[in-house]
Amino acid sequence: AAAQSRPSALQSGESLATLKNESDSLKKKLEEERAKLHDVELNQVAEKVELVSALSIRTRRVLKGHGNKVLCMDWCKDKRRLVSSSQDGKVIVWDGYTLNKEHAVTMPCTWVMACAYAPSGCAVACGGLDNKCSVYPLSLDKNENLAAKKKSVAMHTNYLSGCSFTNSDMQLLTSSGDGTCALWDVESGQLLQSFHGHTADVLSLNLAPSETGNTFVSGGCDKKANVWDMLPCASVSCRLYDLRADREVAVYQKDSIIFGASSVDFSLSGRLLFAGYNDYTINVWDVLKGNRISVLFGHENRVSCVKVSPDGTSFASASWDTSLRIWA
Amino acid sequence: MEEVVARMQEEKNGIPIRTVKSFLSKIPSVISGSDIVQWMLTHLNMEDPVEALHLGTLMAAHGYFFPISDHVLSLKDDGTFYRFQTPYFWPSNCWEPENTDYAVYLCKRTMQNKARLELADYEAESLARLQRAYARKWEFIFMQAEAQAKVDKKRDKVERKVLDSQERAFWDVHRPVPGCVNTTETDIKKSSRMKEPHKTRKPLNTSSAPLSLISYSQQYTEYDPCFTSPEPSNPWTSDDTTCWELETSKEPGQQRVRRWGFGFNEVLKDPAGREQFLKFLESEFSSENLRFWLAVQELKKRPVREVATLVHNIWQEFLAPGAPSAINVDSKSYAKTTHNIKDPGRYTFEDAQEHIYKLMKSDSYSRFLRSSCYQELLQARKKVRPKQESCV
Repeated sequence: AAAQSRPSALQSGESLATLKNESDSLKKKLEEERAKLHDVELNQVAEKVELVSALSIRTRRVLKGHGNKVLCMDWCKDKRRLVSSSQDGKVIVWDGYTLNKEHAVTMPCTWVMACAYAPSGCAVACGGLDNKCSVYPLSLDKNENLAAKKKSVAMHTNYLSGCSFTNSDMQLLTSSGDGTCALWDVESGQLLQSFHGHTADVLSLNLAPSETGNTFVSGGCDKKANVWDMLPCASVSCRLYDLRADREVAVYQKDSIIFGASSVDFSLSGRLLFAGYNDYTINVWDVLKGNRISVLFGHENRVSCVKVSPDGTSFASASWDTSLRIWA
Repeated sequence: MEEVVARMQEEKNGIPIRTVKSFLSKIPSVISGSDIVQWMLTHLNMEDPVEALHLGTLMAAHGYFFPISDHVLSLKDDGTFYRFQTPYFWPSNCWEPENTDYAVYLCKRTMQNKARLELADYEAESLARLQRAYARKWEFIFMQAEAQAKVDKKRDKVERKVLDSQERAFWDVHRPVPGCVNTTETDIKKSSRMKEPHKTRKPLNTSSAPLSLISYSQQYTEYDPCFTSPEPSNPWTSDDTTCWELETSKEPGQQRVRRWGFGFNEVLKDPAGREQFLKFLESEFSSENLRFWLAVQELKKRPVREVATLVHNIWQEFLAPGAPSAINVDSKSYAKTTHNIKDPGRYTFEDAQEHIYKLMKSDSYSRFLRSSCYQELLQARKKVRPKQESCV
C-alpha cells in the first residue's frame, strides 16, 4: 500500500507542484500512522517504574579445576549442581554449593564448546570440535568410567556451538557452525527435525521457558536471531528484541564498554540482565530503564558463559581464566 | 526474496511505480518487466540479464510480484506490466488455503461483471470440479462469495483494481495454471499435518510491548531473589539450604500458591499446582482433561521407539469411541486427530491438546481459583518450621 501512493505520470490538469504536495502530504500521513504504532522507547515507558536499589552481588563461590579456558556451563535443575566444559577437553560436574567435583570426563577433542545438564540430573551432554554432541549418563558409582557409557547422539558437519535438552532427557537440541540447529532423539540418535534458516554459523541457542510452548531462539554469525517453533514446518524469523512488536525495544550499551558481550541471561522477573563480556567483566543492566546498575569484577580473562540458576538465587559465570564463579 | 522486494519498493533506490494511462482508463501502480531487470542488474550486482530474468521469474513464481494480465507467473524483459504483491499475501505468512476458500473465490469471480475478470478455462474447470466436490455445502460457499463481493463493491474503484489483481496473483501461486511449477509444495520432511492457515500476526503497538514487559517484571519481582530475599534466606549468601528443602516439600507456601493465580501456565508448571488442580477437577468429574494434557506432554518427551504405542494408548483411553476417559473435543480437531493417528508421531494430538488447554484455561481454571481448596491454601497461616522460629 505504501508503494502505491507514489507520484504518478502527469495527467492533464495536474502540475508537478500539486503532485509534489500530494506526495508530501501522503508521506506525512504515513509517518503519522507509523508513529501510532511506533518507536516508544522502553525506558521512556518505564519512567514511572521505581529505580532498582543498589544490589550487593558478590562472588560466593569460585570453582577451580579446569586446566584451560572454560567455554560453557549449565545448571542442574536442583539449583546447585552444574556442568562445565573447557578447551582442555574436560567436562566437569560440580556441586556448586560445596565446591565438590562429582564427575569428570575427558573428551577426545579439545574445545568442548557446549555442554548441558539433563532435566533429570542423571546425564550431561557435550560436544565441540568433534562435530558431535554426546550424552554421558552420570553414575553414582564414582569408580565407574563415564567415558565407557558415552552415547553419540548428534552429528553435524561442523563444530557444535550449543546444546540443550528440551523438556526431557530424551530429546536434545543442538546448534552448529554448519549453520543449522537440530532436534535429536537421544535413545536412537535419530534426527527428528532440522532447522535451516541461518546463513552462517549458529553460535548459540536457548529454549523458551514454557511448559506449553515449543519454541527456541538461535543466534548466528549472520547477525540474526531466529525464533523457531518446533512444531513441524513453522519457522518465524525475528530480527529484533520483541517478537510481537516485531522490532527492537531497547538497546543496552555504554560508550565505556567497547568489548563484545559473549553471553546473557535474565533474572527471574526479567528486570535484570546479566551480561558477560570479553573485557573480563559482567555488567548488570536494568532491562526496563536501560541503564547499567553495576559492573562485577573478578574474572581474569574473557567471560564465555553466563547463566542464572533455575530458581534465580544465583548466577554462574564461566571464563577463559579457567574458573567458574557463582554470584549472589 | 523479501529483502530484495523491500529494496525494490524503496523511495530512493527502488523501482519507480507508476500509474499508466491506457485505452479507456488508468492502470494504477505498475512497473515494467524491463524496469525490474534493470534494477536487478544495478542493485544486485548482476552482470547477465539472463540471471536477472531467472531470479525475477522465481520471485514472481513465489508471488512477490506478478504480471497484471497473465496467470502465468514469470518475468519478461520488456514493457509487460507488473505489480507488487501486498505483504499480507506473502508466502512467508505460511498460507495454506483450502479448496473451499478457492471455491468461494472462483464463485465470487463469476458474480463480477467485468470482462477482465472472466474465468480462464482452467479456472472454469476447477470451479466445476469444486461444485461437484462440495455439492452439499455449495449454498454456504455461495453465501460467502456473495458477502465478499458485496464488500468489494464498496471499495474505491482504483483500490479494487489493485486488490483484485493481488488476490488473483495469490491464487496463481496457490492454484497455479496447469503446467506451471507449484512453488508452495513443501519438502516431505517438513510437511506438517497440523498447520493453521492464516497465521499472520498483527504487529503489536510498540508501546504495549514495553508495558507488558514492565507489568510482568513487576508482578514477578517478589519472586526474584535479586530483589526479594527467599525465605528464610538465599542459600548462597547464608550457607543455609532450608529454602531448597522447603521447595521440595509437599506443602506449598502461600507465596507459591499465590503465583498459581498469575496465569494458567503457573499452575501447570508447578508439580504442587498440578496436583491441587487435578484434585479439584476430580471433584468436578472432569479430570480426564488434565490427564489427557499431561499424557500428551509426556508423549512428546519419550524416545521415538515408544511413540507409536503411547499414541495408541492415549487414543484408546481418551478419544476412541467408548473411551474410558472420554474428552470433549471439537469436531474439527477430532477429525484431524483421527487422520493423524494413521501415522503416529509426537505431535499427533497437537490440535486436540490445544483445544483442551483452552477449555481448561477458560473454564476450569477460573473456578479452581475461586474454589474453597485453593482459597484455603492461599490464606493458610505460615506453618512453624521444624528447625527455627519464624524470621524477624
